[in-house]
Amino acid sequence: MTKTNLTGVIDYGVGNVRSVCSAVEAVGGRPILSSDPIELLGCERLILPGVGAFAHGMTELTSRGLDTALKSAVSDGMPLLGICLGMQMLAQSSLEFGESEGLGLAQGVVSLIPSSDPAHTLRLPHVAWKTLERRSDAAAWLFDGVDPDARFYFIHSYAVPATSPDVVAVAEIDGNEFAAVFAVDNVVGTQFHPEKSGPEGLKMLKNFVMKGDMIHV
Amino acid sequence: MLKTRIIPCLDVAEGRTVKGVNFVDLIDAGDPVEQARAYDAAGADELCFLDIRATHENRGTMYDLATRTAEQCFMPLTIGGGVRTVEDVRNLLLAGADKVSFNSAAVADPDCIARAADKFGSQCIVCAIDAKTVAPGKWEIFTHGGRKSTGIDAVEFAKTITAKGAGEILLTSMDRDGTRAGFNLPLTRAISDAVSVPVIASGGVGTLDHLVEGVTQGGASAVLAASIFHFGDYTIREAKEHMAAAGIPMRLT
Repeated sequence: MTKTNLTGVIDYGVGNVRSVCSAVEAVGGRPILSSDPIELLGCERLILPGVGAFAHGMTELTSRGLDTALKSAVSDGMPLLGICLGMQMLAQSSLEFGESEGLGLAQGVVSLIPSSDPAHTLRLPHVAWKTLERRSDAAAWLFDGVDPDARFYFIHSYAVPATSPDVVAVAEIDGNEFAAVFAVDNVVGTQFHPEKSGPEGLKMLKNFVMKGDMIHV
Repeated sequence: MLKTRIIPCLDVAEGRTVKGVNFVDLIDAGDPVEQARAYDAAGADELCFLDIRATHENRGTMYDLATRTAEQCFMPLTIGGGVRTVEDVRNLLLAGADKVSFNSAAVADPDCIARAADKFGSQCIVCAIDAKTVAPGKWEIFTHGGRKSTGIDAVEFAKTITAKGAGEILLTSMDRDGTRAGFNLPLTRAISDAVSVPVIASGGVGTLDHLVEGVTQGGASAVLAASIFHFGDYTIREAKEHMAAAGIPMRLT
Protein backbone atom coordinates (compact mmCIF):
# COMPACT_ATOMS: atom_id res chain seq x y z
CA MET A 1 0.00 0.00 0.00
CA THR A 2 1.40 3.40 -0.95
CA LYS A 3 2.19 5.81 1.83
CA THR A 4 -0.32 8.65 1.75
CA ASN A 5 0.82 10.32 4.97
CA LEU A 6 -2.78 11.46 5.34
CA THR A 7 -4.20 12.31 8.75
CA GLY A 8 -7.92 11.66 8.72
CA VAL A 9 -9.87 14.14 10.84
CA ILE A 10 -13.18 12.50 11.60
CA ASP A 11 -16.16 14.72 10.81
CA TYR A 12 -19.26 13.62 12.70
CA GLY A 13 -21.19 16.86 12.42
CA VAL A 14 -19.87 18.55 15.57
CA GLY A 15 -16.47 19.73 16.71
CA ASN A 16 -13.98 22.46 15.92
CA VAL A 17 -12.84 20.50 12.89
CA ARG A 18 -11.25 23.36 10.98
CA SER A 19 -8.99 24.26 13.92
CA VAL A 20 -7.81 20.65 14.11
CA CYS A 21 -7.12 20.48 10.35
CA SER A 22 -5.21 23.78 10.45
CA ALA A 23 -3.06 22.56 13.32
CA VAL A 24 -2.29 19.24 11.57
CA GLU A 25 -1.24 21.18 8.51
CA ALA A 26 0.90 23.53 10.61
CA VAL A 27 2.95 20.61 11.97
CA GLY A 28 3.56 19.18 8.51
CA GLY A 29 0.72 16.68 8.26
CA ARG A 30 -1.75 16.28 5.41
CA PRO A 31 -5.21 16.59 6.98
CA ILE A 32 -8.32 15.27 5.30
CA LEU A 33 -11.69 16.04 6.83
CA SER A 34 -14.09 13.21 6.21
CA SER A 35 -17.07 11.30 7.52
CA ASP A 36 -16.64 8.47 5.01
CA PRO A 37 -15.37 5.30 6.74
CA ILE A 38 -13.66 4.05 3.56
CA GLU A 39 -11.82 7.30 2.99
CA LEU A 40 -10.79 7.42 6.66
CA LEU A 41 -9.54 3.82 6.64
CA GLY A 42 -7.19 4.80 3.79
CA CYS A 43 -5.45 7.32 6.05
CA GLU A 44 -2.32 6.55 8.04
CA ARG A 45 -3.65 7.93 11.28
CA LEU A 46 -6.91 9.30 12.58
CA ILE A 47 -7.99 12.11 14.86
CA LEU A 48 -11.36 12.09 16.60
CA PRO A 49 -11.88 15.77 17.48
CA GLY A 50 -13.70 17.14 20.50
CA VAL A 51 -16.42 19.66 21.29
CA GLY A 52 -19.93 18.38 21.81
CA ALA A 53 -22.16 16.32 24.03
CA PHE A 54 -21.28 12.62 24.56
CA ALA A 55 -24.56 10.90 23.64
CA HIS A 56 -25.11 13.14 20.62
CA GLY A 57 -21.53 12.53 19.47
CA MET A 58 -21.90 8.73 19.76
CA THR A 59 -25.21 8.83 17.86
CA GLU A 60 -23.59 10.84 15.08
CA LEU A 61 -20.62 8.42 14.90
CA THR A 62 -22.89 5.37 14.85
CA SER A 63 -25.27 6.77 12.22
CA ARG A 64 -22.31 7.14 9.85
CA GLY A 65 -20.96 3.66 10.59
CA LEU A 66 -17.88 5.29 12.09
CA ASP A 67 -18.03 3.41 15.40
CA THR A 68 -17.40 -0.01 13.83
CA ALA A 69 -14.94 1.48 11.33
CA LEU A 70 -12.90 3.03 14.13
CA LYS A 71 -12.84 -0.15 16.21
CA SER A 72 -11.71 -2.27 13.29
CA ALA A 73 -9.09 0.31 12.23
CA VAL A 74 -7.69 0.38 15.75
CA SER A 75 -7.53 -3.41 15.97
CA ASP A 76 -5.57 -3.33 12.69
CA GLY A 77 -3.04 -0.99 14.31
CA MET A 78 -4.25 2.40 13.04
CA PRO A 79 -2.95 5.20 15.33
CA LEU A 80 -5.90 7.14 16.74
CA LEU A 81 -5.91 10.37 18.75
CA GLY A 82 -9.09 11.44 20.54
CA ILE A 83 -9.32 15.07 21.64
CA CYS A 84 -11.60 16.30 24.47
CA LEU A 85 -15.00 14.73 23.74
CA GLY A 86 -13.13 12.56 21.21
CA MET A 87 -11.03 11.18 24.08
CA GLN A 88 -14.12 10.64 26.22
CA MET A 89 -15.84 8.68 23.45
CA LEU A 90 -12.87 6.27 23.37
CA ALA A 91 -13.71 5.27 26.96
CA GLN A 92 -16.19 2.62 28.09
CA SER A 93 -19.14 4.86 28.85
CA SER A 94 -20.21 8.28 30.09
CA LEU A 95 -22.55 9.51 32.80
CA GLU A 96 -23.31 12.77 30.94
CA PHE A 97 -27.14 13.03 30.64
CA GLY A 98 -27.69 9.47 31.90
CA GLU A 99 -25.38 6.61 30.99
CA SER A 100 -24.30 6.09 27.38
CA GLU A 101 -21.91 3.57 25.93
CA GLY A 102 -18.60 4.67 24.40
CA LEU A 103 -16.25 2.97 21.95
CA GLY A 104 -14.60 0.99 24.77
CA LEU A 105 -11.06 1.40 23.41
CA ALA A 106 -9.77 2.59 26.79
CA GLN A 107 -10.87 1.93 30.35
CA GLY A 108 -12.85 4.39 32.41
CA VAL A 109 -16.34 5.76 32.90
CA VAL A 110 -16.55 9.44 31.94
CA SER A 111 -17.89 11.32 34.96
CA LEU A 112 -18.54 14.86 36.14
CA ILE A 113 -15.25 16.60 37.06
CA PRO A 114 -14.51 15.67 40.70
CA SER A 115 -15.14 18.18 43.46
CA SER A 116 -14.21 18.06 47.14
CA ASP A 117 -17.32 20.06 47.86
CA PRO A 118 -20.30 17.74 48.47
CA ALA A 119 -22.64 20.39 47.03
CA HIS A 120 -20.42 20.46 43.92
CA THR A 121 -20.35 24.21 43.56
CA LEU A 122 -17.48 24.06 41.07
CA ARG A 123 -17.95 26.53 38.21
CA LEU A 124 -18.41 24.40 35.09
CA PRO A 125 -17.44 24.05 32.30
CA HIS A 126 -13.87 23.97 33.59
CA VAL A 127 -12.10 26.41 31.26
CA ALA A 128 -8.39 26.77 32.01
CA TRP A 129 -4.78 26.39 30.93
CA LYS A 130 -3.34 23.60 33.08
CA THR A 131 -0.06 21.76 33.56
CA LEU A 132 0.12 17.98 33.28
CA GLU A 133 1.54 15.45 35.68
CA ARG A 134 2.92 12.29 34.08
CA ARG A 135 1.79 9.06 35.71
CA SER A 136 3.47 6.47 33.54
CA ASP A 137 5.98 6.13 30.74
CA ALA A 138 3.38 4.78 28.32
CA ALA A 139 3.08 6.83 25.13
CA ALA A 140 6.28 8.67 26.08
CA TRP A 141 6.76 9.51 22.37
CA LEU A 142 3.79 11.88 22.65
CA PHE A 143 5.70 14.03 25.16
CA ASP A 144 9.01 14.16 23.24
CA GLY A 145 10.41 17.69 23.34
CA VAL A 146 7.37 19.05 25.20
CA ASP A 147 8.15 21.39 28.10
CA PRO A 148 7.14 19.52 31.31
CA ASP A 149 5.84 22.82 32.75
CA ALA A 150 3.79 23.71 29.68
CA ARG A 151 0.13 24.54 30.09
CA PHE A 152 -2.62 23.12 27.90
CA TYR A 153 -6.09 24.44 27.18
CA PHE A 154 -8.95 22.53 28.82
CA ILE A 155 -12.66 23.20 28.33
CA HIS A 156 -14.96 20.46 29.64
CA SER A 157 -17.37 19.49 32.41
CA TYR A 158 -16.80 15.73 32.32
CA ALA A 159 -13.59 13.70 32.42
CA VAL A 160 -12.17 10.18 32.59
CA PRO A 161 -11.28 9.48 36.26
CA ALA A 162 -7.59 9.63 37.17
CA THR A 163 -7.94 6.06 38.49
CA SER A 164 -8.36 4.55 35.02
CA PRO A 165 -5.47 2.09 34.48
CA ASP A 166 -4.85 3.57 31.01
CA VAL A 167 -4.09 7.08 32.34
CA VAL A 168 -0.61 8.38 31.49
CA ALA A 169 -0.99 11.99 32.68
CA VAL A 170 -3.37 13.81 34.98
CA ALA A 171 -4.40 17.41 35.63
CA GLU A 172 -6.03 18.73 38.76
CA ILE A 173 -8.80 21.03 39.81
CA ASP A 174 -9.08 22.12 43.45
CA GLY A 175 -6.78 19.29 44.48
CA ASN A 176 -8.75 16.59 42.65
CA GLU A 177 -7.18 14.80 39.71
CA PHE A 178 -8.70 13.66 36.45
CA ALA A 179 -7.27 12.02 33.32
CA ALA A 180 -5.53 14.48 30.98
CA VAL A 181 -3.97 11.86 28.70
CA PHE A 182 -4.64 8.15 28.36
CA ALA A 183 -3.09 5.60 26.03
CA VAL A 184 -3.69 1.99 25.05
CA ASP A 185 -1.33 0.65 22.39
CA ASN A 186 -2.05 2.70 19.26
CA VAL A 187 -4.85 4.73 20.85
CA VAL A 188 -4.22 7.98 22.74
CA GLY A 189 -6.61 10.55 24.11
CA THR A 190 -6.10 14.09 25.42
CA GLN A 191 -8.75 15.84 27.50
CA PHE A 192 -7.16 19.18 26.58
CA HIS A 193 -6.98 20.65 23.07
CA PRO A 194 -3.43 20.30 21.67
CA GLU A 195 -4.59 22.21 18.58
CA LYS A 196 -5.48 25.19 20.81
CA SER A 197 -2.58 25.08 23.28
CA GLY A 198 0.00 27.17 21.45
CA PRO A 199 3.49 25.93 20.48
CA GLU A 200 3.67 23.18 23.13
CA GLY A 201 0.30 21.82 22.03
CA LEU A 202 1.50 21.78 18.44
CA LYS A 203 4.62 19.85 19.50
CA MET A 204 2.41 17.15 20.95
CA LEU A 205 0.26 17.08 17.83
CA LYS A 206 3.40 16.88 15.72
CA ASN A 207 4.58 13.92 17.78
CA PHE A 208 1.33 12.17 16.94
CA VAL A 209 1.45 13.08 13.26
CA MET A 210 5.15 12.20 12.85
CA LYS A 211 5.63 9.38 15.35
CA GLY A 212 2.13 8.00 15.57
CA ASP A 213 2.90 5.34 12.98
CA MET A 214 5.86 4.04 14.96
CA ILE A 215 3.53 2.68 17.59
CA HIS A 216 2.33 -0.86 17.20
CA VAL A 217 -0.12 -3.14 18.88
CA MET B 1 -7.03 27.67 41.96
CA LEU B 2 -8.02 28.35 38.35
CA LYS B 3 -5.98 30.78 36.31
CA THR B 4 -7.92 33.85 35.31
CA ARG B 5 -8.06 34.30 31.57
CA ILE B 6 -7.40 37.52 29.67
CA ILE B 7 -9.32 37.79 26.43
CA PRO B 8 -8.64 40.58 23.97
CA CYS B 9 -11.68 41.30 21.84
CA LEU B 10 -11.69 42.62 18.29
CA ASP B 11 -14.75 44.42 16.94
CA VAL B 12 -14.92 43.55 13.30
CA ALA B 13 -16.98 45.02 10.44
CA GLU B 14 -16.72 43.76 6.87
CA GLY B 15 -13.61 41.82 7.79
CA ARG B 16 -11.73 44.81 9.23
CA THR B 17 -11.07 45.82 12.83
CA VAL B 18 -13.15 48.81 13.79
CA LYS B 19 -11.34 50.13 16.84
CA GLY B 20 -7.80 51.23 16.16
CA VAL B 21 -5.01 48.90 17.05
CA ASN B 22 -1.80 50.54 18.01
CA PHE B 23 0.72 47.75 17.74
CA VAL B 24 4.11 48.16 16.28
CA ASP B 25 5.27 45.71 13.63
CA LEU B 26 1.86 45.15 12.11
CA ILE B 27 1.94 45.06 8.34
CA ASP B 28 -1.78 45.82 8.17
CA ALA B 29 -3.11 47.33 11.40
CA GLY B 30 -6.71 46.91 10.31
CA ASP B 31 -6.40 43.21 9.58
CA PRO B 32 -7.87 41.18 12.47
CA VAL B 33 -5.66 38.20 11.57
CA GLU B 34 -2.51 40.27 12.01
CA GLN B 35 -3.80 41.47 15.38
CA ALA B 36 -4.80 37.97 16.39
CA ARG B 37 -1.27 36.78 15.66
CA ALA B 38 0.17 39.58 17.77
CA TYR B 39 -2.11 38.72 20.69
CA ASP B 40 -1.28 35.03 20.31
CA ALA B 41 2.43 35.82 20.49
CA ALA B 42 1.81 38.16 23.45
CA GLY B 43 0.32 35.35 25.55
CA ALA B 44 -3.41 36.12 25.45
CA ASP B 45 -5.39 33.17 26.85
CA GLU B 46 -8.15 33.32 24.27
CA LEU B 47 -9.32 35.58 21.49
CA CYS B 48 -12.73 36.95 20.65
CA PHE B 49 -14.01 38.38 17.36
CA LEU B 50 -17.32 40.22 17.42
CA ASP B 51 -18.92 40.95 14.07
CA ILE B 52 -20.59 44.23 14.97
CA ARG B 53 -22.34 44.66 11.65
CA ALA B 54 -23.27 41.06 11.00
CA THR B 55 -25.75 40.69 8.17
CA HIS B 56 -26.69 37.71 6.11
CA GLU B 57 -24.85 39.14 3.10
CA ASN B 58 -21.47 39.63 4.76
CA ARG B 59 -21.41 36.27 6.61
CA GLY B 60 -18.76 34.99 4.22
CA THR B 61 -16.29 37.66 5.34
CA MET B 62 -16.41 36.34 8.91
CA TYR B 63 -15.99 32.73 7.80
CA ASP B 64 -12.96 33.72 5.76
CA LEU B 65 -11.56 35.61 8.74
CA ALA B 66 -12.07 32.61 11.04
CA THR B 67 -10.31 30.35 8.56
CA ARG B 68 -7.33 32.63 8.10
CA THR B 69 -7.04 33.04 11.88
CA ALA B 70 -7.24 29.29 12.54
CA GLU B 71 -4.47 28.75 10.01
CA GLN B 72 -2.10 30.94 12.00
CA CYS B 73 -3.27 31.12 15.62
CA PHE B 74 -3.34 27.99 17.72
CA MET B 75 -5.31 29.40 20.62
CA PRO B 76 -9.03 29.33 21.48
CA LEU B 77 -11.14 31.60 19.27
CA THR B 78 -14.69 32.71 20.05
CA ILE B 79 -16.78 34.34 17.34
CA GLY B 80 -20.00 36.24 17.89
CA GLY B 81 -22.30 38.63 16.06
CA GLY B 82 -25.45 37.71 14.15
CA VAL B 83 -25.43 34.09 15.33
CA ARG B 84 -29.00 32.70 15.27
CA THR B 85 -29.16 29.03 14.41
CA VAL B 86 -27.50 25.64 14.80
CA GLU B 87 -26.35 26.03 11.18
CA ASP B 88 -24.64 29.33 12.02
CA VAL B 89 -22.70 27.55 14.78
CA ARG B 90 -21.76 24.65 12.54
CA ASN B 91 -20.61 27.02 9.77
CA LEU B 92 -18.45 29.02 12.16
CA LEU B 93 -16.89 25.84 13.58
CA LEU B 94 -16.26 24.61 10.04
CA ALA B 95 -14.62 27.94 9.29
CA GLY B 96 -12.25 27.85 12.27
CA ALA B 97 -14.04 29.04 15.43
CA ASP B 98 -13.76 27.03 18.65
CA LYS B 99 -16.65 28.67 20.49
CA VAL B 100 -19.61 30.63 19.24
CA SER B 101 -21.39 33.47 21.02
CA PHE B 102 -25.14 34.13 20.80
CA ASN B 103 -26.57 37.52 21.65
CA SER B 104 -29.88 39.02 20.49
CA ALA B 105 -31.15 35.71 19.08
CA ALA B 106 -31.01 34.30 22.62
CA VAL B 107 -33.04 37.24 23.91
CA ALA B 108 -35.70 36.67 21.26
CA ASP B 109 -35.72 32.90 21.80
CA PRO B 110 -33.67 31.39 24.67
CA ASP B 111 -34.36 27.93 23.22
CA CYS B 112 -31.87 28.61 20.43
CA ILE B 113 -29.20 28.19 23.14
CA ALA B 114 -30.66 24.79 24.09
CA ARG B 115 -30.69 23.60 20.48
CA ALA B 116 -27.07 24.63 19.97
CA ALA B 117 -25.84 23.26 23.33
CA ASP B 118 -27.56 19.90 22.77
CA LYS B 119 -25.71 19.48 19.51
CA PHE B 120 -22.33 21.09 20.17
CA GLY B 121 -22.10 20.86 23.96
CA SER B 122 -22.32 23.70 26.50
CA GLN B 123 -18.58 24.30 26.37
CA CYS B 124 -18.95 25.50 22.80
CA ILE B 125 -21.83 27.91 23.42
CA VAL B 126 -21.24 31.36 24.91
CA CYS B 127 -24.14 33.73 25.54
CA ALA B 128 -23.43 37.45 25.43
CA ILE B 129 -25.52 39.61 27.74
CA ASP B 130 -25.65 43.39 27.23
CA ALA B 131 -27.10 44.94 30.37
CA LYS B 132 -27.87 48.47 31.47
CA THR B 133 -28.60 49.79 34.96
CA VAL B 134 -32.27 50.77 35.27
CA ALA B 135 -32.38 51.24 39.06
CA PRO B 136 -29.85 50.65 41.85
CA GLY B 137 -29.17 46.90 41.93
CA LYS B 138 -31.39 46.35 38.91
CA TRP B 139 -30.17 45.68 35.38
CA GLU B 140 -32.06 45.12 32.18
CA ILE B 141 -31.16 43.46 28.90
CA PHE B 142 -30.80 45.92 26.04
CA THR B 143 -30.47 45.09 22.36
CA HIS B 144 -29.61 47.06 19.22
CA GLY B 145 -26.37 48.40 20.62
CA GLY B 146 -27.97 49.48 23.87
CA ARG B 147 -30.81 51.51 22.32
CA LYS B 148 -33.67 49.08 22.73
CA SER B 149 -34.97 48.10 26.16
CA THR B 150 -36.41 44.60 26.45
CA GLY B 151 -37.84 44.74 29.96
CA ILE B 152 -35.96 41.50 30.73
CA ASP B 153 -34.09 41.37 34.05
CA ALA B 154 -30.41 40.59 33.40
CA VAL B 155 -29.95 38.31 36.42
CA GLU B 156 -33.08 36.28 35.62
CA PHE B 157 -32.02 36.06 31.98
CA ALA B 158 -28.57 34.79 32.99
CA LYS B 159 -30.24 32.00 34.99
CA THR B 160 -32.54 31.17 32.08
CA ILE B 161 -29.87 30.85 29.44
CA THR B 162 -27.50 28.84 31.64
CA ALA B 163 -30.39 26.46 32.39
CA LYS B 164 -30.77 26.18 28.60
CA GLY B 165 -27.13 25.14 28.35
CA ALA B 166 -24.99 28.24 27.78
CA GLY B 167 -21.48 27.28 28.95
CA GLU B 168 -20.14 30.79 29.52
CA ILE B 169 -21.58 34.27 29.87
CA LEU B 170 -19.94 37.23 28.19
CA LEU B 171 -21.31 40.06 30.30
CA THR B 172 -21.08 43.61 28.97
CA SER B 173 -22.16 46.63 30.94
CA MET B 174 -23.71 49.05 28.46
CA ASP B 175 -23.30 51.83 31.06
CA ARG B 176 -19.58 51.31 31.14
CA ASP B 177 -18.69 50.14 27.63
CA GLY B 178 -16.22 52.59 26.09
CA THR B 179 -16.02 54.78 29.21
CA ARG B 180 -12.78 53.38 30.64
CA ALA B 181 -14.35 53.88 34.07
CA GLY B 182 -14.02 50.22 35.05
CA PHE B 183 -16.36 47.22 35.00
CA ASN B 184 -19.83 47.54 36.49
CA LEU B 185 -18.84 45.51 39.56
CA PRO B 186 -22.25 45.10 41.26
CA LEU B 187 -23.68 43.80 37.97
CA THR B 188 -20.75 41.43 37.46
CA ARG B 189 -21.04 40.16 41.03
CA ALA B 190 -24.83 39.70 40.78
CA ILE B 191 -24.52 37.65 37.59
CA SER B 192 -21.56 35.55 38.72
CA ASP B 193 -23.36 34.78 41.99
CA ALA B 194 -26.52 33.81 40.11
CA VAL B 195 -24.95 31.25 37.75
CA SER B 196 -22.52 28.35 38.03
CA VAL B 197 -20.82 28.81 34.65
CA PRO B 198 -17.77 31.03 34.06
CA VAL B 199 -18.56 34.73 33.62
CA ILE B 200 -16.40 36.88 31.35
CA ALA B 201 -16.49 40.51 32.47
CA SER B 202 -16.56 43.14 29.75
CA GLY B 203 -17.13 46.83 29.24
CA GLY B 204 -15.30 49.79 30.72
CA VAL B 205 -11.72 48.68 31.33
CA GLY B 206 -9.39 51.67 31.49
CA THR B 207 -6.67 50.58 33.91
CA LEU B 208 -5.04 47.36 35.00
CA ASP B 209 -6.64 47.72 38.44
CA HIS B 210 -10.01 47.48 36.70
CA LEU B 211 -9.05 43.99 35.50
CA VAL B 212 -8.14 43.02 39.07
CA GLU B 213 -11.45 44.34 40.45
CA GLY B 214 -13.44 42.38 37.88
CA VAL B 215 -12.09 39.21 39.43
CA THR B 216 -11.72 40.08 43.12
CA GLN B 217 -14.94 42.10 43.44
CA GLY B 218 -16.96 41.05 40.41
CA GLY B 219 -16.24 37.32 40.73
CA ALA B 220 -15.42 37.00 37.01
CA SER B 221 -13.53 33.93 35.71
CA ALA B 222 -12.12 35.88 32.78
CA VAL B 223 -11.72 39.49 31.75
CA LEU B 224 -12.27 40.83 28.28
CA ALA B 225 -10.90 44.13 27.05
CA ALA B 226 -10.49 45.89 23.77
CA SER B 227 -9.25 49.48 23.89
CA ILE B 228 -6.53 49.24 26.53
CA PHE B 229 -4.80 46.57 24.49
CA HIS B 230 -5.60 47.79 20.98
CA PHE B 231 -4.34 51.30 21.62
CA GLY B 232 -1.17 49.98 23.18
CA ASP B 233 -1.83 51.43 26.66
CA TYR B 234 -0.84 48.10 28.16
CA THR B 235 0.45 44.80 26.88
CA ILE B 236 -1.08 41.44 27.73
CA ARG B 237 2.09 40.70 29.68
CA GLU B 238 1.77 43.86 31.77
CA ALA B 239 -1.85 43.05 32.49
CA LYS B 240 -1.00 39.51 33.56
CA GLU B 241 1.89 40.60 35.75
CA HIS B 242 -0.23 43.29 37.38
CA MET B 243 -3.02 40.81 38.11
CA ALA B 244 -0.56 38.20 39.39
CA ALA B 245 1.01 40.81 41.69
CA ALA B 246 -2.49 41.48 43.04
CA GLY B 247 -2.70 37.79 44.01
CA ILE B 248 -4.74 36.51 41.08
CA PRO B 249 -3.42 33.25 39.59
CA MET B 250 -2.44 33.92 35.98
CA ARG B 251 -0.81 31.92 33.21
CA LEU B 252 2.57 33.61 32.81
CA THR B 253 4.38 32.00 29.91
